[in-house]
Parts: sequence; C-alpha cells; structure tokens
Amino acid sequence: MSAELERRFGPYGGRYVPETLIPTLDELERGWIELREDPSFLDELHGLLRDYAGRPTPLYEAKRLSERVGNRILLKREDLMHTGAHKLNNALGQVLIARRLGKTRIIAETGAGQHGVATATACALFGIECVVYMGAEDIRRQRPNVERMGLLGATVESVEIGARTLKEAVSAAIRDWVASSETTHYVLGSAVGPAPFPVIVRDLQRVIGDEARAQVLDRWGKLPDRVIACVGGGSNAIGTFTPFLEDTDVEIVGVEAAGEGLESGRHGAPLSTGARGILHGSYSAVLQTEEGQILEAHSVSAGLDYPGSGPQLAELRDTGRVRFEAVGDDAAVSAFKEFSQLEGIIPALEPAHAIAWLLENPGAGGSLDLLTLSGRGDKDLAEVLGRG
Amino acid sequence: MAERIAAAFNGHGKRAALMPYLMGGYPDLESSVAIGEACAAAGADLVELGIPFSDPLADGPVIHAAATAALDAGATVEGVLGVCARLSASIPVVLMVYANVVLVDGAKRFAGRAAAAGADGLIVPDLPVDEAEELRAACDRAGIALVPLVAPNTTPERITEIGAVARGFVYTVSVAGTTGERRGVPPELADTVGRVRGGTALPVAVGFGVSTPEHARAVGGIADGVIVGTRLVRAAGEGGAEKVGEVVASLAESLR
Repeated sequence: MSAELERRFGPYGGRYVPETLIPTLDELERGWIELREDPSFLDELHGLLRDYAGRPTPLYEAKRLSERVGNRILLKREDLMHTGAHKLNNALGQVLIARRLGKTRIIAETGAGQHGVATATACALFGIECVVYMGAEDIRRQRPNVERMGLLGATVESVEIGARTLKEAVSAAIRDWVASSETTHYVLGSAVGPAPFPVIVRDLQRVIGDEARAQVLDRWGKLPDRVIACVGGGSNAIGTFTPFLEDTDVEIVGVEAAGEGLESGRHGAPLSTGARGILHGSYSAVLQTEEGQILEAHSVSAGLDYPGSGPQLAELRDTGRVRFEAVGDDAAVSAFKEFSQLEGIIPALEPAHAIAWLLENPGAGGSLDLLTLSGRGDKDLAEVLGRG
Repeated sequence: MAERIAAAFNGHGKRAALMPYLMGGYPDLESSVAIGEACAAAGADLVELGIPFSDPLADGPVIHAAATAALDAGATVEGVLGVCARLSASIPVVLMVYANVVLVDGAKRFAGRAAAAGADGLIVPDLPVDEAEELRAACDRAGIALVPLVAPNTTPERITEIGAVARGFVYTVSVAGTTGERRGVPPELADTVGRVRGGTALPVAVGFGVSTPEHARAVGGIADGVIVGTRLVRAAGEGGAEKVGEVVASLAESLR
C-alpha cells in the first residue's frame, strides 16, 4: 500500500470540517497509514475478527431463492457475524485504532442501531467509555438495539433535532467530537465523512469482499457474474465491491432506498437522484435543495435513511463501474417476508432492498450472483409487523 | 469592501473592535435589518451576518435553532443578501455561510453576488484553507475578504500557512467546540492569540464563547476584535432589535 491515503476520489471527498478537527484528522490519517501495515495491529485485529466476531463468514448458496429467480445466488452471510451485521468489522478496527492513538473515550452515531451495538460491543470488550448518538425516531423504531446498547454499558444520547434520524445523529456526534477530540475517537460507521474516514471504513470492510471473492473462486472456480449490495452511506457496499473493481467482467450493482418512490421526493437514493454537495465533511452525492439546504431522507429501513453517500461510491457511479438502482419501501418489506420463508433467514430491511432488486431483475437468467446479506432482521420485526 | 474591514479595526476608538453576529432571517428578514441597525447604533464596528444552513456543524444548539427557524420562516440566500445590502450602507458586513451553500452556487458566482450585496468579507467555517483555493481567488477578484479561522489546537506550521492566505482578519476560535455561551475566557487564550499573531500581520478577532461584557473586556485586552454570537441570537429571540441593542451597548461600553 502507498504511504498516503486518498483524500479525494475524483472530485469527491475532502475535509469540509471546522478547523478544530484538522489536527485530529491529520493524527488519524498518520495513525492509519502506520497501523494498516503494522503486523502487531493486524494480528490483533484478525485474531479478534476470527475468534470473537466469527470470521470468515460463510458464503451460502441460497437454493430456493436461486430457483425462484432462475440464477445461482450466493449470499455472503454477514448476518451471522457477532452482533448480527457487518458493522462490527469496522467498529472493532476503529476501537483498536483509538486505543493505539491513546484515546480514552469513544463516540458513535447510529441509524438502525447496528453500528451503535457494534461500537458498544467493541467498547465493552476493552472497557472503554462509549456514547452513541441516535435520532429519537430511530430509537422508536429500533428499540431492541437501544436496549442492547444499554446492556453493553453504552450511553445512548437521543437526538431530537430535525427528522430525528441518522443525519442528525451524525451531526451530533461531530459536534461532540469538535469539543472532545483530544481524548475521544469518533467511530464513524459508514464510508462517509471527512478524509480519512471513507478510506478507513473501506479498508476495514473490504474483508467482506476479499473473503467472498476467495470463497467463490475456491468453490465455484470462477468469479461471479454480478455482485450486489444495498447502499445507505455505503460501508457494506464499498467493502463488498472493492476487491471486484478490477474484475471488469463482473457487473456491480448498488441498491439504494427509493422509499415512497423517487418521484415522491421521500427516499434515500442520493446516488440515483442527488446532486453534488457537501454533507458531514465530504463532497459527494447529496439530497439537497437548489440553495444547498440538505434534505431529509426517507426509508422504511433506518440504515438507509440518510441523504448522502460515500465519496468513493459517487466516483464509481460517475465512471460507470458501479450501477445504482433504487427499491421502494413496499418492495423491500415484501422481499423481507418472502426471503424469510424461502431461506429460513430473516434479513435486515437494508439487504432486503438488494434482495427485492434481485427478485425483479434476474437478468438474462442462469448467472452467478453474489449478494451481501449485510445483517439480520431481528431489529426490524416491530417495524415490519407494524405495517400489517 | 475589504478596505472597510481594515478601517473598522483601525478606527474604533475602543480596546478592540466589536463584531456582533446575527442570523439572517431570524426571526424574519425585516427584523434582521432592524437588529443589524440596532447593533450599528449601539457601538458595533462590523457585523457578522449568518446565512442559515440546515446542518451547521460549527454551531451549538442556539444558533442551529435560529437557522432552522429562519429557514422555516422562508429565508433564502437572496433574502439574506438583501439584508446585507441594506446594512452595508451603514456598517461593514462579513457574511458567515457554510460551504455547501457557496458550492451549489459556484464559488465565482457566490462571491460576485456577495460583493454586489455590499459584503466586505466572507467566513466559511467548514472550509479549511486546503479546500478554499477556488473561493479565495473568486473573493479576491470580487474584492471581498475571505476570512480564515484558526483553532486553539492549530499547529504553528499551519498558522503560518493560514496567515499567508488570510484576508481582512483572522478569526480565532477561543475554545475547541461549537458556538455557545460559556462561563469564562479560557486562560490559554492569550497564548493562542500570540501564536496567531506570529503568523499574520492582519488583525486577530476572537469568537466562540464570548458572551458577557466581562468576557468582552478580557478578550479586548488580548485581541483586536471581539465577536459575540450566541448571546445576541438569544437576545434576538427574546426581545428583538431593542434587546440586541441593549446587549451590544453593554458590550461596547465594556470595551471603552
């Protein structure tokens, strides 16, 4: 790896933050340049991922779903990881980074609660103070994860501003960090934010794609025809896609949340519809007004309910390497139910969007499709059952 | 234009220049004009006029809430530039705006609009010097000063880098954190301002957490300018232009 980290992906990325955070971001960047090649750090991280988190996760051939779609569909089972989602890959890595940098307090934001639970878990493991910012609306719809964070010893701070979802939770965490960064590390949970976060989160999540690529080559002797993942901020997507970017015969599809429909304006699909703008410290695809005011996103899935996306994904959209599609609330909920009965796996609402897209888009038929099942759906039962 | 900022820092006749902050369009555009005029009449030397933004990362809850209220009341960039045009007839105006609002317009076009509205300077709190080159060039061409910020933890090398491209004055943030009223002036402020002076010949103004006449007097003994924001936005919410005028008068008095 090079001695520098990307701060830009084409025109996207950058560090649009108050000056107070610049020394902290510099420190974090220098830290990651060293640590990502430091054998003792990597041994510790890989040991924890294996023995504590349960990696490698299986690559499972979903036979009944395959039959239904007419393709051979392989699921990367991040739902089987400890805490039930891919988020722990990043949280463990960043808490280890924080320890190496001498930080004694951790803050995080969370939408669906999965990143909050993962961060609270990693902090409990090391006995570090943990504060998780979460929108009041998300606290309502993801109650089980709020209870889990409490049990793990984290403090959940309810954010009562705006639509009271993920966007405001990130803002609240950044405001905390502006005042506390000398002692505190901000474990940002998605591949968004000011540099170096998009790179750190990608590097820590690419284990998903690295494992899957090796598993599919090992068992099926070839690369998949299509690789599919859901996209909110984009951490499971960029983690899945990264090892396949150079495999030009592999089609890559990111599935965003169309919410109540792209025309309704109530959705979470900035890559499909958004203009270029700055949100939470980086320049990327953002839902905004003509005057640059950030719009509220909407999705039945709290993890996709965010008006921005990662800067590297925005570049991959522009270059055409990754195609972005959007799936609405109703189709996602329907796929959530159908998939549960087809495979005996209750998926999180986030990857249910990717499953819904696959159900509707079998392609020419007979293709080998890899889909990242980024998390399990226990947290979503109340939301789904409440819709009747 | 930029010369009016220099004149304001030279000719105030007090311990330091006084720069109140007001949120454009809060509680509405007409009231903003009245609040700005009250500041000028009560002894302010410049005003900092905020353009409301939905997600102001450098601001604490009071200014964030005022921005939300201004947007809910229909404030637009054009509307706040209208406030700027009316105030700039009587007092130098420095606009405070977040990067995305500038960027969607384009740096060149935004700088041109600000200059046409009589703005003398521009502060963009989430646009560090490394990201500001295009806007700085546009502001230079338009004849307005792009004022940079320095924080207490900014390294000496970076202060030099910032000082080299600073225009108008250097906005020094008194503490690590967002805007908001605080109990006292941090003891290390004199050191911070001293380091900033090492990197620039321009005036050094201090903001964030400066809320009482006692704070203003203490900061005025250290820096060339005193910026008061949250205390005055709160006053605007509580008692409009009249109340803001009273508070500004007491701040100005403390600097005499």
